Parts: sequence; C-alpha cells; structure tokens
Amino acid sequence: MSVINPHNKLYLARKRVNRIMLSVSGLALAFGIFWLVWILLTLLYQGGYALTRFSFFTEMTPPPGSDGGMANAIAGSLLMVGFGTLIGTPIGILAGTYLAEYGRRSWLASATRFLNDVLLSAPSIVIGLFVYSLYVSHVKHFSGWAGSFALALLVIPVVVRTTDDMLGLVPGSLREAAAALGCPTWKMVVFITYRAARSGILTGVLLAVARISGETAPLLFTVLNNQFWSVDMNAPLANLPVVIFQFAMSPYEDWHRLAWGGAALITFAVLFLNIIARVLFRKNV
Amino acid sequence: MEKQKIDMKQKLRVNNLSFFYGGYQALKSISLEIPEKRVTAFIGPSGCGKSTLLRTFNRMYSLYPDQRAEGEIVMDGENLLDPKQDVSLIRAKIGMVFQKPTPFPMSIYDNIAFGVRLFEKLSLAEMDDRVEWALTRAALWGEVKEKLHQSGNSLSGGQQQRLCIARGIAIKPEVLLLDEPCSALDPISTAKIEELIAELKNDYTVVIVTHNMQQAARVSDFTAYMYLGEMIEFDATDTIFVKPRNKATEDYITGRFG
Repeated sequence: MSVINPHNKLYLARKRVNRIMLSVSGLALAFGIFWLVWILLTLLYQGGYALTRFSFFTEMTPPPGSDGGMANAIAGSLLMVGFGTLIGTPIGILAGTYLAEYGRRSWLASATRFLNDVLLSAPSIVIGLFVYSLYVSHVKHFSGWAGSFALALLVIPVVVRTTDDMLGLVPGSLREAAAALGCPTWKMVVFITYRAARSGILTGVLLAVARISGETAPLLFTVLNNQFWSVDMNAPLANLPVVIFQFAMSPYEDWHRLAWGGAALITFAVLFLNIIARVLFRKNV
Repeated sequence: MEKQKIDMKQKLRVNNLSFFYGGYQALKSISLEIPEKRVTAFIGPSGCGKSTLLRTFNRMYSLYPDQRAEGEIVMDGENLLDPKQDVSLIRAKIGMVFQKPTPFPMSIYDNIAFGVRLFEKLSLAEMDDRVEWALTRAALWGEVKEKLHQSGNSLSGGQQQRLCIARGIAIKPEVLLLDEPCSALDPISTAKIEELIAELKNDYTVVIVTHNMQQAARVSDFTAYMYLGEMIEFDATDTIFVKPRNKATEDYITGRFG
C-alpha cells in the first residue's frame, strides 16, 4: 500500500494536532468575546436606564440626592477629545510619514521609532503630570487646553505607530511606479501611498480617539472638573471620565446610576464611531 | 541588416557603466547603444543584471541610498547619471512598466490622468481625449470605456498591465522601459502586449527585459545577452538567434545553459 493513505500515522497525528489547535484557538476566542459581551451587557443593564432619560443629556451634574444629567461633562469631553485629536493627529501622521517614507532605516528614524514606542507605553498619569508641571503650574489654573494637550500627547504615539506601520505595508512597487512617471516624492506620498493606506491610518486615529475617550488620569491633573456648564477651554471643564471616577467612588445611589450611564455612553459612542468609519471607508478604491 | 544598423540613430549610449548594490558589483563596465524607435531586448539568466541595467536608464536606483552607478548613459547629448540632472524629468522622458502590474489605488481614468497632470495642465475635454488616446494605444479602450471610473484594481492582471503601459505612454515619453512585462500574465494577455510592443516602436524607443527567449526573438530588433553583470553579446536579434558570434550566447540561446 502507498504511504499516502487514510491510515498513515503521520497524517492522522497531524489531523489530531490540527483539531486540538483549532479547539484551543476557538476557546481563546470565546474567552475574549465572553468578557467583552459581559462588559457591554453590564454597561447596558446598569447604564441603559440613565441613557434613556432626556435629562441625562440636558442637565448638569447634580449634587448628591437631586436629579441631574451629564450635559456639562459630555460637552467637556467632546471638546477635549476633539481638540486632542485635532492637535495630535496631524503631528502623528506627519511624523509617521517621515518614518515610513523618508527616514526608513536611518538611525534618526530608528531612534524616533524607539522613543515613540516608549511614549506609546508611558503611563498616562505621567503625561498628566508632565502637562501639569509644564503648563498648569505656570498658568496656575486647570484648563480645557491643558487637558487637550495631555490627550494630544497620548494620540501622537498611537497615530505615529499606525501611520508608520500602514505606510510600511504599501508595496514598494507602487512607489517605484509613481517615481517612474516623474512624480516627486511628496506627491507620491499624498496621492498614492496615503490613498493606499488610508483605511489603516484612519483605524489608527480611531484607536487613538478610543483610547483618549476613557482616559482619566491625565485629566485629573490638567482640567480637573467643573460642576457647572462651561465650554471655556481656558477654565476647568467637566468631563466624562473624571465625573465617572468621582461619582462611582461616591456612596450615593443616584450618582452611581449617572456614572454607569456615562461609562455606557463613552463605550457605545466609541463603538459606533468605529462602525460608522468602517462602513464609510469600506468602499476603498 | 548591417546597413540598417549603421543608418540608425542611437537614442541611448551606455558608456562603461558599472553598478553597485552596496559593496556588490552587479554591472561590470557595460557599453552599448540603444537604437531609436526600435525594440531592444535584454536576455540572460536570473541575476545577470539585465533588470539592474534597465533601472539605471531612468535612475530608479536613486530611490535607494545604498545603490550607485558609475560611468555614463548619454541621451540627447546629456549624461543621465550626472547628479545635477533632474531625476523627475528623466523619468518623465523615460517611462517604465514593471514586472507586476502596479495600478494606483484610484479609478482607471485617474490612473492615466495622474501622470499627465504632473507635467501638463489640460482642460477636462483635452484630458478625456488624452486618456482615450493612451488607452486606445494600449489596446484597452474597448474593454474599459464603459467603466473608466471604476477602480484600477478591478481589472484582470493582463488589463492592469496594459493600464500601466497606457499610463506610461500617456505622458508621451521618448523611451519606454519594460521590465519583464509579461511574466505575470497568461498567454493571451502576453500576445496582446507583444502586439502592442510591435505597435509602440513606431513612436517610441522600447527596451524590454525578458526571461522568455521566444519573446525576445518575436518582439525585438536588437538583443543583448548578459551574464554575471557583463554584456556578452549585443547585435541584431536575427544575428543573435541564428548565428551568435559568442559560444556562451549560443549555449544560452539553444538551452544548453541557463
């Protein structure tokens, strides 16, 4: 009988290993999904009620025992996440572009990559302290701008890394093809490689938005909090993470409900932002 | 044939060209003359330097800091390898098509228009005409005229390669470099591109690198046989394939080596 037959021992062993590995991978997947679904369901269960009330979006954070909402915190978070992203994204994309398109394997690029990775994994509280000592302690008051700068510092390394990686995936042959037409490098980058990598770069920006949306530590040292309505970027601002932190630590039942609502709001807002962006950019040329 | 060769104008004159990838010398003092409005083929076994030679003509190697060339490549009285030369202008005059099709991530129309816009400001109607002209010359117009605004990536491999040729000729270069343009294509697409090459030489100087000796015999007027970075023999294609002067060339042509 030929060695290639259904009873070949090597072949059977390989099939067995395949089945085992497939089950292990499936279990790992189920394990991850299980916690994620649990978190989402808990958020919905505990925070869903708060979110269904109109006052959650229109009223200010209340003193304990009275009714209120998160309007000021939502506005403050939108402002700071918005400005943090607006400041950090262009810097991150330009730096990532330098690394992938110009610096490549040079020592400057390698050193920058290394430092960026250090920044990427720096504890966010350190970023908060940094902005505190550099800015807040000099102007002598907490402010929305200080918070935005701290968040921008968290955005930059994420965007640098993904931009560098995504541009790195664009085949060199595409760059050569553009160069072969007499195309200068900057035009090649703007019109060819950005286009080829744009959904990846966008994913990086969204990851950064998702990360800073929930950051609490850097905001504690920079914007602190504000129980009144304010959109003045030069003054302390209410914001969801710090309000959630404060309310969740409190002994008051109604504050807990609002904190759950805030947590659910952040999580689902980030989730929907991701879904919308993916749907919009799926039709990729 | 000999007489014709003497009458012919030379488009590119390669003089004592050596090429280095870092410390490795890939070309060893190559000299040859590429005739104008003819098809010249470079053949030879893998790693012999034929693609490297092709890529010096449009200074492709300048993209990579560790690659350098010594010697001269003269076109219209100017040394292309001179660091003072504007690389973008050289590349606009000397177009290139690569082994694998490289459509840009944009529509078929924009794939053509992109290169044209680099050097010309055309009205919409003029641009439409230019796109149609280039696609017609590349024998692709009939297949894509209904879907010019679809992605270039939606085409088949053979169509993509013709799109790349159209993109190359749309900016009206003087020389067209083809780096194994058919190696990733099926026989029908290959036949189309070979017909196209025969057509193109009326207006362009074509230089083609190919692994396929039959292809060199079919499409080219002149053939250079290269081995280990050296130019072994360069002559009219008929001569090379019928009675090569060099024993090494004969062995390669007849398949005893390579």
